[in-house]
Amino acid sequence: MVLGFLEGGQLENATPQVFDTVKERPVTAAELDDNVEDPIDAREVFDLIRDINDPEHPLTLEQLKVVAEELITVDTQSKIVNVSFTPTIPHCSMATLIGLCIRVKLFRALPREYKIDLSISPGNHDQEKAINKQLQDKERVAAALENPNLLSVVDKCIAEPDY
Amino acid sequence: MHVQLVGTLSGHADSIWCCAWSPDGCTLATCGTDKAIRLWNNPSQNKDEEAGGDRSTDGGWKCATILSDGHSRTVRRVAWSPCGRMLASCSFDGTVCVWSLKNGEFDCTVTLEGHENEVKAVAFSPSGRYLATCSRDKTVWIWEQDHDSGDDFECVSVQSCHTQDVKCVCWHPSEDLLASASYDNSINFYKDEGDDWTCDFTAVGHDSTVWAIDFDRDGGRLVSASDDRTLRVWKRYEVGNEVGVAPSWKVISTIQGFHPRPIYAVSWCPNTGLIASGCGDNNVRIFAPDPEQMACETDDAPNFLQATLIEAHQQDVNCVSWNPKQAGLLATVGDDETIKLWQVSDYDVPI
Repeated sequence: MVLGFLEGGQLENATPQVFDTVKERPVTAAELDDNVEDPIDAREVFDLIRDINDPEHPLTLEQLKVVAEELITVDTQSKIVNVSFTPTIPHCSMATLIGLCIRVKLFRALPREYKIDLSISPGNHDQEKAINKQLQDKERVAAALENPNLLSVVDKCIAEPDY
Repeated sequence: MHVQLVGTLSGHADSIWCCAWSPDGCTLATCGTDKAIRLWNNPSQNKDEEAGGDRSTDGGWKCATILSDGHSRTVRRVAWSPCGRMLASCSFDGTVCVWSLKNGEFDCTVTLEGHENEVKAVAFSPSGRYLATCSRDKTVWIWEQDHDSGDDFECVSVQSCHTQDVKCVCWHPSEDLLASASYDNSINFYKDEGDDWTCDFTAVGHDSTVWAIDFDRDGGRLVSASDDRTLRVWKRYEVGNEVGVAPSWKVISTIQGFHPRPIYAVSWCPNTGLIASGCGDNNVRIFAPDPEQMACETDDAPNFLQATLIEAHQQDVNCVSWNPKQAGLLATVGDDETIKLWQVSDYDVPI
């Protein structure tokens, strides 16, 4: 397997803790005014990734507290978005796939000149360093996303929910 | 130092991963995610300057050929044979194509298969006898041109010294000596022992992936570019060297504090001695030996200064390449789908 996480089998974390989700962001008058530029901020980035589905549970990354607004920073000057995420368990074999889903979602949604720095929030995975290195290797990410099987798994995770 | 943008070339439909000058310096080959190889040349380059010069944004450089039927996935790198009549390309599809010039056109005459997955780099030896490839499958393959069966290549060695994805291969400019760089942070050197190739030396020092390597003109030194945000200059110590160091490659200079993001590319100009780097912060930097050191005997501890910073691209810079014939002509490519040509002049560096 390309990144080593498409094996089937039993759930690793059978009963994850589920957390409350945040309210919709209130729309301000300035945001409705086309003459006012709304810079990309942490909340906007959070809104892009909060509804990504967990690969093994019918829950979103927000509900599992894998992603959180306070783990996102945006530097509009140097155009760098920094996202940390927290796997539900420290030996989670889905961590690379979850990271890849976040990366693909942001790559597609943000302007192309934005750089996305993605990492596991410090101390939250046994293989934190190795996974971070893999997720930051643009060549390996590009190659992985040319794999149709992997891409279909990612697309399923980042598909918009049906309302 | 003066840097002038002499051409902006567009045509590729996605990220451009590599650019490589033909040995005569007249043709630039580029490749990328759109699976195509493009060959660019400049018919007006050798004619007398027309009145006012060429004012078009491409500087007279045109795409002469598109080779699009060789690979089914991203073309990661291209490399020219020393004679300029062959071009090799490698792809995430796991294959290598060798294109041969016949009747004025390049045709894919050979497809080399064997690597288990993505082929990351390809390079011809200076003699033209060998072709080296490397892959995410952690191996480096050395192929020998088989003259009995025309254009074909035969694999003569598979090297498995790296423990991770191999990113780049580069031949010594005059010897059959090969270097490879890897995700395992090391650089390996290989030589022909007569009956087989052996991994002669492993150079460690970088703290993360080594993306690119290049030898200087004489091959006594090598520069490496890494994800750890440094460039390192390595010196070759041969058997029986004067300083009594065991045969090896040792870091003699670390260029740090300049690159805020991973360095994906490096090129050491054979004509000027300048080092160009391509970085994930969209910039190209040019480094020159410290002129104050020139008079001293500092061969074992040279100091390199950043001579200039070029805000070259809108996104990551993936490859930089000095023209082998026209001194100071630099090609750069990046994720922003453009090829830029820069003319560097007024450099004060003795060759």
